Amino acid sequence: MFARNDHMPQGSRLSLRVAVVGGAGVVLFVVLFFRLWNLQVLSGEEYLAEAKNNRTREFKVIAPRGDILDRNGEVLVDNRTSLALQLNTAKLPSDPAEERAELARLGELAHMSLRKVRRAIAEGEEVAAGAPVTLRRDVGFDLVAYVEENQDEFPGVAVQRVFVRHYPDESRAAHVLGSVGEIEEEELKEPQYKGLEPGDEIGQSGAEYAYDQFLRGDPGLTRVQVNALGQPTPGGQLVSIPPTPGDSLKLTIDGDVQSAGEAGLAARGLPGAFISMNIDNGQILAMGSNPTFDPADLIEPTQAQVDELYRDEVLAPLVNRATEAAYPTGSIFKIITALAALENGYITPDEVVQDGGQIEVGGETFENAGGVAHGPVELRRALQVSSDVYFYLLGLDMWKTNELQDEAHELGIGRPAGLDLPEEGETLLPSKAWRDQLYQEELADRPWSSGDNIQLATGQGDLQTNPLQMALAYAALGNGGKIVTPHVGLEVEDAAGRVVKEFDFKPQREVHIDPGYRTAILEGLHAAAQEGEGTAAGVFGGFPIDIAGKTGTAERRGHGDQSWFAALSPYPNPRIVTIATVEEGGFGAESAAPVVLDILEAIYDKQASAVASGGGAE
Amino acid sequence: MNTYATRTRNARPEPFAVRVGIAERLGLAHLDWPLTIAAFALIAFSVFVLGEATQNDIPGDPNYFLERQAIYAALGIVGMVLMTRIDYSRFRELRVGIYTFLCASVTLVFFFGFAARGSRRAFELPFFSFQPSELGKLLLVLALAGFVIDGARRGSAVQRTVRYLCLGLAPAGLVFLQPDLGTSLVYVVATLAVMYFGGVAWTHFAVIGGALAALVAVVLVVAPATGFPLLKGYQEERLTSFLNPHEHEGGAGYQQNQSVIATGSGQFTGRGDKATQTRLDFVPERHTDFIFAVIGERYGFMGAAFVLSLYALLFWRALRITTLSKNAYGTLVAGGIAVALLFQTFVNVGMNLGIMPITGIPLPLMSYGGSSVLATFLAIGVLQSINVQAHLSQRGRFAW
Repeated sequence: MFARNDHMPQGSRLSLRVAVVGGAGVVLFVVLFFRLWNLQVLSGEEYLAEAKNNRTREFKVIAPRGDILDRNGEVLVDNRTSLALQLNTAKLPSDPAEERAELARLGELAHMSLRKVRRAIAEGEEVAAGAPVTLRRDVGFDLVAYVEENQDEFPGVAVQRVFVRHYPDESRAAHVLGSVGEIEEEELKEPQYKGLEPGDEIGQSGAEYAYDQFLRGDPGLTRVQVNALGQPTPGGQLVSIPPTPGDSLKLTIDGDVQSAGEAGLAARGLPGAFISMNIDNGQILAMGSNPTFDPADLIEPTQAQVDELYRDEVLAPLVNRATEAAYPTGSIFKIITALAALENGYITPDEVVQDGGQIEVGGETFENAGGVAHGPVELRRALQVSSDVYFYLLGLDMWKTNELQDEAHELGIGRPAGLDLPEEGETLLPSKAWRDQLYQEELADRPWSSGDNIQLATGQGDLQTNPLQMALAYAALGNGGKIVTPHVGLEVEDAAGRVVKEFDFKPQREVHIDPGYRTAILEGLHAAAQEGEGTAAGVFGGFPIDIAGKTGTAERRGHGDQSWFAALSPYPNPRIVTIATVEEGGFGAESAAPVVLDILEAIYDKQASAVASGGGAE
Repeated sequence: MNTYATRTRNARPEPFAVRVGIAERLGLAHLDWPLTIAAFALIAFSVFVLGEATQNDIPGDPNYFLERQAIYAALGIVGMVLMTRIDYSRFRELRVGIYTFLCASVTLVFFFGFAARGSRRAFELPFFSFQPSELGKLLLVLALAGFVIDGARRGSAVQRTVRYLCLGLAPAGLVFLQPDLGTSLVYVVATLAVMYFGGVAWTHFAVIGGALAALVAVVLVVAPATGFPLLKGYQEERLTSFLNPHEHEGGAGYQQNQSVIATGSGQFTGRGDKATQTRLDFVPERHTDFIFAVIGERYGFMGAAFVLSLYALLFWRALRITTLSKNAYGTLVAGGIAVALLFQTFVNVGMNLGIMPITGIPLPLMSYGGSSVLATFLAIGVLQSINVQAHLSQRGRFAW
């Protein structure tokens, strides 16, 4: 078969070699066929699923947060749209020099130094590795246009439309509203934030925090077909689920009353707080604290703004002094002393006590403010003229018992008020047990003494409470013993304005208050606010609505006297409690009472005008 | 009319005069038709697939790859026909010239070739870039088979084996340095195949096999461990990543992973125009190295198995020609070509299916590329020539 010169495997030897190669070929083709069958027919479905997953990318469409409205529907917080410059770090050039150049160009655009850009990226990576990093919000349209026209120079840079909280009245009701911010890594683990992702915004304080689940809304989803570079392909939009905007939250706050209170307090120019609450259901009509802040500053604060907000502890604008501060209250505490003494039978409303201007107990002298002697006083007059001696004696009577503390505790002093906002501060109701314990632990220089109870009887000494707790106590007096649950959340409305949830805050408990005692105390408070020698008659004497009110002047260690005023209105069947306090504001009538007057004017002006217009129609 | 000479000793007397038809004149009469049909079917399918799958690859020119591949196919077929009509035995006489040309051309790309993706493999010509190493596969087989036949009596068996190895490994080394690992492996396999059909003893192959195993161990394990890596990082990663593609999801494993997903997602009947893996750039190099994944995704098991069957047919016919050859030179050449085709097919398809490493070996007659298509058609032309000559010699004739 082969040519002469060939030294070749002949005949069967060649056949063997060919057969071996042929056999190898058969084996190799069988391997390929088997593998192909396995891939396509046996596991084809899995790979098809993987391929489908491969070609789609889901983009989250952020849901706008719900608005926050006052009880009349006036907008307190809504959203504005803003453009944010985002950077997808995975798409940055891999070459360090190119990456550096891009970041530098980007920094120039965003008015950030290269170091700042890098820090922003590092911080973003820490919160959520792989997620786009927001370099700057609120970028201008010109910048957006520039980036879009020069996409080649800025791989990985995108401009996204984001919603930013908008506060039409800046700082109004700031402490009630609270602020929003990106969810923190720790918070992601909490059950109420299940399903949220890094970069999502949640309420961080105030009503934004408390009612976050209603305000937040559900993000939408756009699923688009993408190529291997992750770029959407033309016409490749597969699914689009629009976002569900957050529901609107209607607050119990009345915007006009709130404004009046804030203006009144700001006019004093001193730190302070006010609260005005419906005594029957605990709805807070107005609550404010001075100094205050603009929540918009918290969205992306500059260093200067941060410094300002956290300037110093005492003036800290972020603190809601109505609920988080802790002060002695001065004489507005006296209604609690009166109730304790009456209920426990130490006095009757008509029992007359001689007020000689001072008493001496255990070598210590306790005097009336200014050392004035009020002469013979019974309960009503003692409240009207704010006789300290009358209440010193009651405190002395009860010093060995815990009756005063029990009554105060029942009325809500020194314990959580059950507010629906997260901001409630530590308070202290001093008692024998408390001080003796401290003394045993050598943290106090002496055990409980009669002087401590005498001080407490007039809202002095170690007492540390806040306007919110005092409002609860006054509300109980006004409504006959019901301890309401103070709250700012009224109802939730969907985007179409339908009410989807009404909040029902049940009273927390009942305190026994004898109707006769209640009437007597209210009479005394009415006299104090609006009759002749009343401590606040100078402020409320001309006010057309009858009210019951009490001044307080608290001595605070290391500070000037703190001014307090608590009012129940209208008298004699009160519906609203209003309390104001002004740090270093002097006598109660001096600064706190005028703030309360401002608030009450706002409340009743409105009612009066409503009545007037109703009358005009008839 | 009767221009046939009667020179071969195997000539049989003609029982009666044969009328020579047009097929005879064109040299088509003694073609191996299954081989021809397999080759034509493959190139036709290649042009069709490229047309379907690369519509959006070149913006504004949907038929870019289709048109070019069709031109290469036409040139290749012309080349094949010409080759069919040449008596391949002449290449044996030209072996030194062929070998010199081979070595020179793969060397010249170092100086005149244009660099693409870090490797110099091709000359830039006005209409296409010519990659000499592709044609070199055929040239190596033609030349080496000649050396094997001619050197069959010189030196001891061991000396001969070493000589053949050196002759084959020299161009393989040059190609490896371009660097083009895949093609250099084809050279090595073709060299071994020619030696195998040339009768080199089994024991020698055992030694060569042992040496190769040791070499692989050194290249992949010992050299990197001692700090003198012989392979470029990407080469090593490609070679080893197929063992665990998920571990290299972002790098070399990515391509293979995507290719496997593409093929698997085709299921039995294929996804047609709904194919996303290969249409949306998930599979890289889909018109060249990963074209089999395109077929797998678009046409499913039916299409892919059909294509594989064509390759099996091609291999079978090529192997069959080794036994038909009128001389040993033809046997060696046909054997070298058959094994090289089998090797390329298996490595490329295996790479597409995730069972072989990524080596950058094109799928013969299927992958886009002028050099590869042309070289493969010329090789098939040589096979046809062997077949034709065998038939003619049996009939006592030979073509001009």
